[in-house]
Amino acid sequence: MERIIYRELKSTPQVWGLLVLLCVFIAAAGAVVLYVEHYGHIVTGMNNQIVWGLPHVFAIFLIVAASGALNVASIGSVFGKVAYKPMARLSALLAIALLVGGLAVLVLDLGRPDRLIVTMTNFNFTSIFTWNILLYTGFMVIVAIYIYTQMARGLPSYAVKTAGLAAFLWRLILTTGTGSIFGWLVARQAYDAAIMAPLFIVLSFAIGMASFLLVVMGITRMTGRAFGPELRTRLARLMAIFIAALLYFTAVQHVTNIYAAEHWGVETFILRDGGIYTFLFWGVQVLIGGLVPMGILFHPTLGKQSRMVVLSSFLVIAGGFAQLYVIVIGGQAYPLEIFPGFDVSSSFSDGVINSYTPSILELILGLGGVALALAITVIGMKFLRILPNSLSDANVTPKT
Amino acid sequence: MNIPELKPLGGCGGGRRASNEKGADMHRRDLLKSGAALATITLAPGVTLMAMGDGVAAKANPGVRWGLLIDAGKCPSDCNACVTACSDEHGWENNGLDTDPQWIRKVTLRDKSTGRENSLPVMCQHCENPPCVDVCPTGASFKREDGIVLVDRHTCIGCRYCIMACPFKARSFVHEPVTDQKVTTPRGKGTVEGCNMCVHKLDRGDGTTACVEACNATGYKAMIFGDMNDPDSDISKALASYPSIELRADLKLNLGVRYQNI
Repeated sequence: MERIIYRELKSTPQVWGLLVLLCVFIAAAGAVVLYVEHYGHIVTGMNNQIVWGLPHVFAIFLIVAASGALNVASIGSVFGKVAYKPMARLSALLAIALLVGGLAVLVLDLGRPDRLIVTMTNFNFTSIFTWNILLYTGFMVIVAIYIYTQMARGLPSYAVKTAGLAAFLWRLILTTGTGSIFGWLVARQAYDAAIMAPLFIVLSFAIGMASFLLVVMGITRMTGRAFGPELRTRLARLMAIFIAALLYFTAVQHVTNIYAAEHWGVETFILRDGGIYTFLFWGVQVLIGGLVPMGILFHPTLGKQSRMVVLSSFLVIAGGFAQLYVIVIGGQAYPLEIFPGFDVSSSFSDGVINSYTPSILELILGLGGVALALAITVIGMKFLRILPNSLSDANVTPKT
Repeated sequence: MNIPELKPLGGCGGGRRASNEKGADMHRRDLLKSGAALATITLAPGVTLMAMGDGVAAKANPGVRWGLLIDAGKCPSDCNACVTACSDEHGWENNGLDTDPQWIRKVTLRDKSTGRENSLPVMCQHCENPPCVDVCPTGASFKREDGIVLVDRHTCIGCRYCIMACPFKARSFVHEPVTDQKVTTPRGKGTVEGCNMCVHKLDRGDGTTACVEACNATGYKAMIFGDMNDPDSDISKALASYPSIELRADLKLNLGVRYQNI
């Protein structure tokens, strides 16, 4: 077995250039926050019918991807796969970074971001949001301890395994909490379904793995460190299985809804008549973000090509983003059914499909969250011994 | 030092402790103008804590359940008096923009099978088990002991989860800076608001709401306000005599607003 040596990133122009670029995005997002806080949410595309918009899609995407990014570490520490262990530190760091990026977008889009402290001093334990505040902060602490156990010298081996197991269980609960934000919304036809929690967990597996693959392939390429093709292919195949599972859960979600006449309206809207939402569902989520990357990655030769793995990862991210867009925005676009059996109209958009056009401000804020997550990851790798000198296939057990 | 209890204005969440008992008849504006019962504590040089109030630790009456009964059969589709009255009373305006707030709205219903048309006002239904209160992370959404569901504008962080959770679209998010607020109805950019059952009027002993007053003034008398726990109240008698429904009764939220003749 090859000895793994972890090294900080060297101070190369590429590393600093990347950080400067990310800081530009972060600064732009900061400016947007100040602008929106000054003028109010009137300057965004959100309104009183679509109250959660593009920032929430970004935030939830990053938060869900965060728990999924921990997969690789969990497979190494919890399930004992030696080949994955050298990537565990990066996996854990990326998990924390994505969570911070997502939370930043979420809290900076609040109507009163200046009152963030109120969320730390006033708790309502019937709210899944309150539980999520604890789950998210707890996740960061546990994963930080997990990283520490991996990096500290002289700790017994069970320390890493115990911390890894705690982090693994915590991330399952965390994503259950994120899915339940929607699963427990009894009011809206598109939500109120127990499957939201496991659906979000499987979504996290897929987009978390895609995020991890892109980061590890990007950083090893930028720094000239090896990333073994066998290791890459294994991760990519695993992602293909996650995509299949995600498609399965998505199918169950919609087929179950279609079985009940009360849900026909919202299902017809999402699956057939919803315009942009129908396109995003079939075109981006199912086809481009699901079937296409799954086909590529299961293909005996295409799935082994580095470029194809990168392409598939981007497609999975696009599909996951589209899925969250359909859930978050599409679910609000469909009108609330307050009066079943009646056609309704009012001055407050009763009975009509609600419209939403995201503003550039929301996009900048969301991209700022992505940039923040990446910046934390790069800074972490720059100053801590996160990334091995080589992720070659030396530790991968050959297939027999 | 005897420090009078800090007592914010009704409708902004201060209703949690707002008086409808002793001292309730003192108009809040008068109280503020008079500067009576103003206490100041110096915590440190230059840092002072000020408390205002009449010193009465009053609470909403837990024996009362305020409610509304709306007779859709008496509510003409061309009448908007309740909406206008609410807007005037609380200072919100809806000019037709998607971002404008609307605390109460007239909804026109058309029976899909028979074509019969109907009109009725919809506002916060003041649920006994309000989903907005369940989901609020800071507890800013809360229910008073007399059944009124309110938003504490001081602890609302503007997350809008309550709007997502409300089955009746009863809440609005304030998208713009607010000026010229009514002194009895504090409102603010970045926070959520909705019908507060004219809690300030109830706490000063008016015994009714602006929308019901306006409806009665039109002569249609389609709305009855009162204590649903009092068997002798008009609303209880009407509910006992004629069939009525709750919106989304399947959710079993036990609403404070009931409808007849939908």
